[in-house]
Amino acid sequence: MEKIVKLWVFGLFLLIICGLETSRGHGLVEGLESMRNYDYTKYHPMDEIYEWMKDVERGNPELVSSAVYGRTYEGRNITLLKLGLKNMEAREKKVIWMDCGIHAREWIAPAFCQWFVKEIVNSYKTNKKLERMLQNLDIYVTPVINVDGYIFTWVNDTTRLWRKSRSPPPASGSCYGVDLNRNFNANWGTVGVSFDSCSNTYCGTSAGSEPEAKAVMAFVGKMVNQTLCFLTIHSAGQLILLPYGHPQISAPNYDELISVGEAAAGEMKKVHGMNYTVGTSPQILYANSGSSRDWARLLGIPFSYTFELRDKGEFSHLLPEDQIQPACEEAYVGALSIITYVHDKTFNNSTLPNRGFSLVSKKAVWSTVMAVFLTGVLV
Amino acid sequence: MATGELNPNHYPAQRAAKVVQHYLTTRYGSPYRLFGVQKVHSGNAEDVADTGRKYQLEISVHEIISNVTQTCSAEVFFPRGETQSSPHVQASCEELLKTDTKAQEEALYQQYKTNQGLLSSQRLPDSYGHIEPDMKPFWHLGILASSFIMLNESTENTLYNMAQVANITQLATENEQLKFDCHTLLHDMVSQEIIHWKMLFTWSPGEGVKVLQKEQLPHCHHCEKPPNTN
Repeated sequence: MEKIVKLWVFGLFLLIICGLETSRGHGLVEGLESMRNYDYTKYHPMDEIYEWMKDVERGNPELVSSAVYGRTYEGRNITLLKLGLKNMEAREKKVIWMDCGIHAREWIAPAFCQWFVKEIVNSYKTNKKLERMLQNLDIYVTPVINVDGYIFTWVNDTTRLWRKSRSPPPASGSCYGVDLNRNFNANWGTVGVSFDSCSNTYCGTSAGSEPEAKAVMAFVGKMVNQTLCFLTIHSAGQLILLPYGHPQISAPNYDELISVGEAAAGEMKKVHGMNYTVGTSPQILYANSGSSRDWARLLGIPFSYTFELRDKGEFSHLLPEDQIQPACEEAYVGALSIITYVHDKTFNNSTLPNRGFSLVSKKAVWSTVMAVFLTGVLV
Repeated sequence: MATGELNPNHYPAQRAAKVVQHYLTTRYGSPYRLFGVQKVHSGNAEDVADTGRKYQLEISVHEIISNVTQTCSAEVFFPRGETQSSPHVQASCEELLKTDTKAQEEALYQQYKTNQGLLSSQRLPDSYGHIEPDMKPFWHLGILASSFIMLNESTENTLYNMAQVANITQLATENEQLKFDCHTLLHDMVSQEIIHWKMLFTWSPGEGVKVLQKEQLPHCHHCEKPPNTN
């Protein structure tokens, strides 16, 4: 009698385990399949990017999780993917921040954030250094911050070159949208901005007045002590910009920011021969205030850069799809160069690689448990 | 304003170099010869009494279609005055002009002169950066004509590129010239604005581009309302 009860219990146990494995297994397989079929060399509308984020998370549960950290003016989710592996020493993880698409028309930027995630997902299992970095770091990637603006650029041919958010006109104005990269709380409203709502550099009614900027500041603000590096991706111009946008303010680690930026530009040039110029915005582009890069540095995040991707004016924001791959390949190398530097500086290569969970799959663990149980029941 | 020797990577030299690009395009450009600034090697700026500011530059200019690069010397003078005045440019880049484009230009000219209907095209490039191979000459003609505007409008506080040909239409002519009506979008990097211009211009292999009429179109603010509002 006892043995029959035990067998029934065991049978039920097996059924439950199989059920769990199957449902989790299908999500995983589907997610990975979708990721493999996604064309990273094409520009994607926002609904496809949202779906893709779900697939990436489903297909790579041990590496990827997502979070919605704000809502745009028109009520859409601002979503990020968090890439990171378990840290076996239960040490506090440090943070790398990457955002794309603050400016709606800069389509190569969201394309790069998606490319970046894909590269990490596809290489971490066979790249020991990357695996180690992901055990020490969490990389937060927001493929599109200005979702409303991005969607607006897809409405028709005439909206393609929209830059700002889609907030309504202020009481004192008549035009839509705020330049989100002039709205952050960093010497707001002082230089390189307009107070005319119809201008493409309109900085909003006050620092952080815009929900998109506010969302970034709130979320990153909570993790500022752990954040090593803040990368914000734009186009065009082929530049690596360091803080600050104000011509009279210099970051205390200016020399190091320059040398790390130059190293990244050097690596980028090796890929396809493209030149990326490194410097502060007032030196190589124009003075500006209220940028996310400046806000991050002022808060104390030591490494903060704006990447301006291809090209130098032949196509500007209308970068052809056949340049997505080379543009992303060089940008990936540049971003990784900076991430590796800040990681090595912080962790001093003193971390031993964690061999534990990566070699033994969860299925193997379950099989072992079941085998032991089975042995126990039948004996 | 920076005076004396300039850092070639900093914006004053870069903006002046872009003006040289527009100048070379207006002077020597064709549907088969277009220029880009590859690199600024050195630069120098000085005030000229109260009349304006003069830049001297050594730059590498890249001819995009034949993929030839040449170092050129150039001088750009930005006049200062009550009214907005165009910059004056002098440049010597002889090597770049040796590329022989006569045959291709003749072929294009004949094709447009003898086609049955009048050709027209929109959105070059399109939202995905794509241009149909057949439409590339139209895109190039748009760049040529826009370069006259960009040269004219340039100051030390602008950095112009043509963003897109919104519309280009061939018009009937009584003479040898081909005539086009075109609406282009210029991007000024410094203000980040998109400026719309309409132009009427002629082109032939012998005469190059001549802009007959040009008009800046006002910024259409009501065009930027959300799609569902009236």
